[in-house]
Amino acid sequence: MNTASSESLPNGVSDKRLVLSVRDARKAYGFVTALAGASLDLHEGEIVALLGDNGAGKSTLIKAITGIVTLDSGAIELDSRPLRLRSPADARASGIETVFQDLAVFDNLTVSDNFLIGREQTWPRWLGPLGFLSAGQEQKQWREHASALSVSHVSPSQEIGLMSGGQRQAVAVARAVAFARRVVILDEPTAALGVRESDEILTMVRRLPERGLSVIIVSHNMDHVVRVADRAVVMRQGRSVGEMTVRQGVQKDLVAMIMGVT
Amino acid sequence: METQAGIAGKSSDTVTGRRDSLSVLLWLLQAGPIIILVTLVVAFGLLAPHFISVRNLQNLLAQSAIVCALGLGQFLVILVRGVDVSVGSVIALSVVTVAAVTGVDQPTSFALVIYPLVGLVVGLINGLLIVKGGIPQPLVVTVAMLGIVAGVALLISGGNTLVGVSPAVHWLANGKVLGIPAGALMVLILAGLFWLMLRRTQWGRWLYAVGGNPDVAQWVGLPRDTLIMSAYAICGTTAGIAGMLYHGRTGSASPLSGIGYELDAITAVVVGGASLFGGRGSITNVLFGALIIATIRSGLQQLDVSPFWSSVAIGIGILVALELDVLRKHIENRIRTLRARQVNQ
Ligand SMILES: Nc1ncnc2c1ncn2[C@@H]1O[C@H](COP(=O)(O)OP(=O)(O)OP(=O)(O)O)[C@@H](O)[C@H]1O
Ligand SMILES: [Mg+2]
Repeated sequence: MNTASSESLPNGVSDKRLVLSVRDARKAYGFVTALAGASLDLHEGEIVALLGDNGAGKSTLIKAITGIVTLDSGAIELDSRPLRLRSPADARASGIETVFQDLAVFDNLTVSDNFLIGREQTWPRWLGPLGFLSAGQEQKQWREHASALSVSHVSPSQEIGLMSGGQRQAVAVARAVAFARRVVILDEPTAALGVRESDEILTMVRRLPERGLSVIIVSHNMDHVVRVADRAVVMRQGRSVGEMTVRQGVQKDLVAMIMGVT
Repeated sequence: METQAGIAGKSSDTVTGRRDSLSVLLWLLQAGPIIILVTLVVAFGLLAPHFISVRNLQNLLAQSAIVCALGLGQFLVILVRGVDVSVGSVIALSVVTVAAVTGVDQPTSFALVIYPLVGLVVGLINGLLIVKGGIPQPLVVTVAMLGIVAGVALLISGGNTLVGVSPAVHWLANGKVLGIPAGALMVLILAGLFWLMLRRTQWGRWLYAVGGNPDVAQWVGLPRDTLIMSAYAICGTTAGIAGMLYHGRTGSASPLSGIGYELDAITAVVVGGASLFGGRGSITNVLFGALIIATIRSGLQQLDVSPFWSSVAIGIGILVALELDVLRKHIENRIRTLRARQVNQ
């Protein structure tokens, strides 16, 4: 079962510097074992697709890297240093940004509120969270990033709950991309989207390595995987069971690996 | 080619048209509380000859000040998807504590601090139980607190009512500044402060965020538990302030003060358009909600309708407000789907 990983290790990619590595991650929710020794490597400027059937443990692995879930055992390293995450804020401070499954935005806030949430600048500083916000400054910040992230057609003062799924997802992705310094993680970013909206998100993702970012993307759509990913890692029942360099036409092989038929 | 473009253009137009009419409906729902208030005042003004008189309007404002104060804090709690039904008993506890500590008619300003302080303590306990105690049902926790606090108020007072109130508190509840009841003015200033905090500070935005989506709030690293705690702490504090106004208006410290006021507070917030789903509503609408309740009470009284009917009217008001909230959610979903259809066309 575990043999597939060594035989299809791609050349070239592994020469690049290792950014993130997860070793032997284990996590149980009560009697449910979500992770049973999962491992994952992510190199500089690489886009890795994390694949697996429903319940394989993909989201749990991601939540561990993001500091939402604490592993029972296992090691996470960022730039070859152990990464200790006590909260999601720690992950963000380390340069890891995540777009969570199921459109993780605040429907009742505006676009620029969502974009800056948790990073607002307040005045005066010493008042901390009780300090005042500057709407003008925030819209400016949004516009600066928006043009670079191809979401400039979205109005910053609009309430995000009234926007289409694609626009909302675009803002969530923009939030992650704008503030990530090392790694962007996307958990099924196109799951709820139409064709054109998916297209825009995938184009945005494909360009992230230009900004020096590495990407982990979860998807159930093999065509999307082939379009954006350099490498695919497959999980089954909480374990990483194989990986494969992604090229045109490997869709069938990927599906076979996910289902465990060889 | 041409016909195709024509068809696409036309269907896109109707989608836009539908969306725009839905947007207008949404706007009407948001402006609802002020429209209802104005309608009520005009209607009662036409029906009851003395309804729109300086005396009566002053009375109405003074009466609504207590519910307004309660509503401000209650709104924060409802904003973060909670509810606090212990506020009525906090009125009683703050009143009898002041009576026990300083006596009822001492002209001491020290008492002014005790009322909100008592509320703060109860609010903090509520918040701690809900956040750290791992009991995620605010209704149950605060019902239990209602019983405990009411009991403690009886224990402290020995069940006795002390007649009297310090002059400062009496003035706050009954005095006037330029013809405006002092209590109403104080609550208005407090409301201004709340508005500023909610709409212009990071804390306020985070509170809306936690109400909008508690899970995501935690995922993006907001101090969710502290934020929820702060809402309950402030809710308790405003209940203490309401206790002060209550003491001033009744002129005596009874352990049975404030019974039933939690309902008025929750009604004010809900009729004011805040969503029990969390994350929605505004301070100004809470004030309108409290005024709507006071207007219904006072108007029906002027028309010599039995006060039992105002209870029924207010109950119906809550139900209508809740249904409108559901309708609002529905409209928002429709707008979103129409947008998506337009984008993917
Ligand atoms: N909070 C939780 N409590 C209990 N069990 C959980 C929890 N979260 C996940 N699980 C279980 O852990 C296992 C792995 O779930 P996970 O969400 O990581 O899978 P996934 O690969 O992301 O699936 P999907 O493709 O459906 O998103 C599943 O069996 C799931 O039921
Ligand atoms: Mg998942």
